[in-house]
Amino acid sequence: MSEPLIQPPVAPVPEPPVVGIDLARLDKSLRRPRTAFNFVMSGLTTLLTLMALVPLFSVVLMLLVRGGSRLSLSLFSELPPSAFEQGGGFGNAVVGTLVMVGLAALISVPFGVFGAVFLAEVGPETRLAKVVRMSAKVLTGFPSILAGVFAYGAVVLVTGGFSALAGGIALSILMLPTVMLTAEEAISMVPSKMREAAIGMGATQTQAVWMVLLPTAFPGILTGVMLAVARAAGETAPLLFTALFSNYWLTSGGRLDFMQPMASLAVLIYNFSAMPFENQVELAWAAALVLVLLVLTVNLIGQSMSRKTME
Amino acid sequence: MSAVSQSNVGASTSISRAPTLIEKHGNIFFRWAAYLFAWLTVLLVLYIVYTITKQALPAMTKYGWGFITSSTWDPNTREYGVLPEIWGTMYSSLLALFIGSMFGLAVAIFLSEHYLAAFVFSLLKTVGLQFHPVCGKLPDKFERLFKNLIELLAAIPSVVYGLWGIFFIIPLIRPFCLAWHAKLGWIPIFGTTLSGPGMLPAAIVLSIMILPTISAISLNALLAVPPKLREAAYGLGATRWESILAVILPTASKGIFGAIILAFGRALGETMALAMLVGNSNVISWSLFSPANTLAALLANNFAEAGQKEVGVLMFAALILLGITVLVNMLGAFVLNRASVSQEGVR
Repeated sequence: MSEPLIQPPVAPVPEPPVVGIDLARLDKSLRRPRTAFNFVMSGLTTLLTLMALVPLFSVVLMLLVRGGSRLSLSLFSELPPSAFEQGGGFGNAVVGTLVMVGLAALISVPFGVFGAVFLAEVGPETRLAKVVRMSAKVLTGFPSILAGVFAYGAVVLVTGGFSALAGGIALSILMLPTVMLTAEEAISMVPSKMREAAIGMGATQTQAVWMVLLPTAFPGILTGVMLAVARAAGETAPLLFTALFSNYWLTSGGRLDFMQPMASLAVLIYNFSAMPFENQVELAWAAALVLVLLVLTVNLIGQSMSRKTME
Repeated sequence: MSAVSQSNVGASTSISRAPTLIEKHGNIFFRWAAYLFAWLTVLLVLYIVYTITKQALPAMTKYGWGFITSSTWDPNTREYGVLPEIWGTMYSSLLALFIGSMFGLAVAIFLSEHYLAAFVFSLLKTVGLQFHPVCGKLPDKFERLFKNLIELLAAIPSVVYGLWGIFFIIPLIRPFCLAWHAKLGWIPIFGTTLSGPGMLPAAIVLSIMILPTISAISLNALLAVPPKLREAAYGLGATRWESILAVILPTASKGIFGAIILAFGRALGETMALAMLVGNSNVISWSLFSPANTLAALLANNFAEAGQKEVGVLMFAALILLGITVLVNMLGAFVLNRASVSQEGVR
């Protein structure tokens, strides 16, 4: 028998010299500049992040302290006080905010949902859809004051006076892109199986949309509507020179009148915050508390709905 | 007889049938309605631009470019110029952007690096509950709660921030501002005293309002960085912050840049907080404590009482604001779009 051609190496691999490695060098020590830098930056990030939340708690705390002390039921039934008057409330402003936001929703929701049905179902790949999406995005970044400027030019100047209608139209422009883009997303999230099943059973596109797509996408659409409502309720700039302000209930001859100036919580806060009277400033804080509670409630309902649909 | 019964059977057992005439026409009508509303959206944007331009046209022809370069605003002599407003808009927005992106980026890194979850996890570990079926979910829950709290910052109406700024921020920063002015008054940015409203309180409140925009979009960009890049950096022995600065931030930089531009667009158009805090005076000054004015605040303060002549001038100012914000927003959307395309390549 001949020897195997390839000789296995006989010499064992020498043990690595243990003495050469300084194990202490591998320890995590803050004395080392790299680790220290890491530690400092992590600390700085945490500090800045916590500081970012300070305004939120500060605002909420001040609202509760300064607004809460004045909060009572009579605020919702009385009219705003004039300059040196004591007491008073902002009942007409609460009603005004609700009416104008309702008006805006009445305009923007059908508009937005129909637009979304087009974007998600009727013509998602068309060139028109691209242009519509871009228009909606332009509207999203639209400064809210310009919605007011537009409503001033298109409604106030045409009808000849400040009115609740102009305020509602200004708000609806701000609500439209939110409603449309979230509704589009909600509709296109519906599993395509469901739509195909409906079409396969002989449903027309209209029936598939009304009986399958919209009911399935309903929570998502409602989330968008809620977020838009929450945003619109807090908007001041579009109302300043469209709905203006009013010290009275919005009735003329016992009926609702949309062609008159109308009070709103946001404009009341703005007007009263600049007044030198203690009573008005207190009312502004109370109104701010009510407004924030309203906005946050609507916002949280919307968010909780979107979470449910995701699960 | 059999044919009749068969057709009856067919009608009662099959659930599908051809659409009726009404359904057919309803469908056509419905499609038309969808097209109509889609067109209306586009027309609405055009109509908004048209309305503002039409109202601004007389002032545009009368004042021309001098409107942008002049700095007097005097309804009595009919002299109008918006240079101080353009300056104030840019200055306040850039200041707010500087503060806001510092904090917003910190929040985004804090959340994307899961500092909070790791902290809660280590707390649970010391008690020995880190894999408990209920307590084990706490780290994720805390992080989601934190994210929602940051988003709530965006939900508070701007007029409430304005009110808070008047009664909280201004009294809070005033002693510091007076001290800085006394000691460092020779530096232009501390050149005047803060007597109530001014640029700094406005910029601070503005930065709080744009912070959620920056943090939310940057967070998405940071989370979209493929994990293998981070793992490769760790594998080479980089510390956490070395990998953040050298790998993660550069990879997500386009998304973060887009976030900052979109936030800039928001800051330019923000009205109420500025109208309440900036002081509304036509001054061009480097000083942080000097009162100033912005385009949006100018519109908010003057529109309601404007006469027929002044409305045209204000519409011109609105048109300038519209031009600037639409330009900035389109740029931001473009950058974000590019960012998501380039991210796909990495993955």
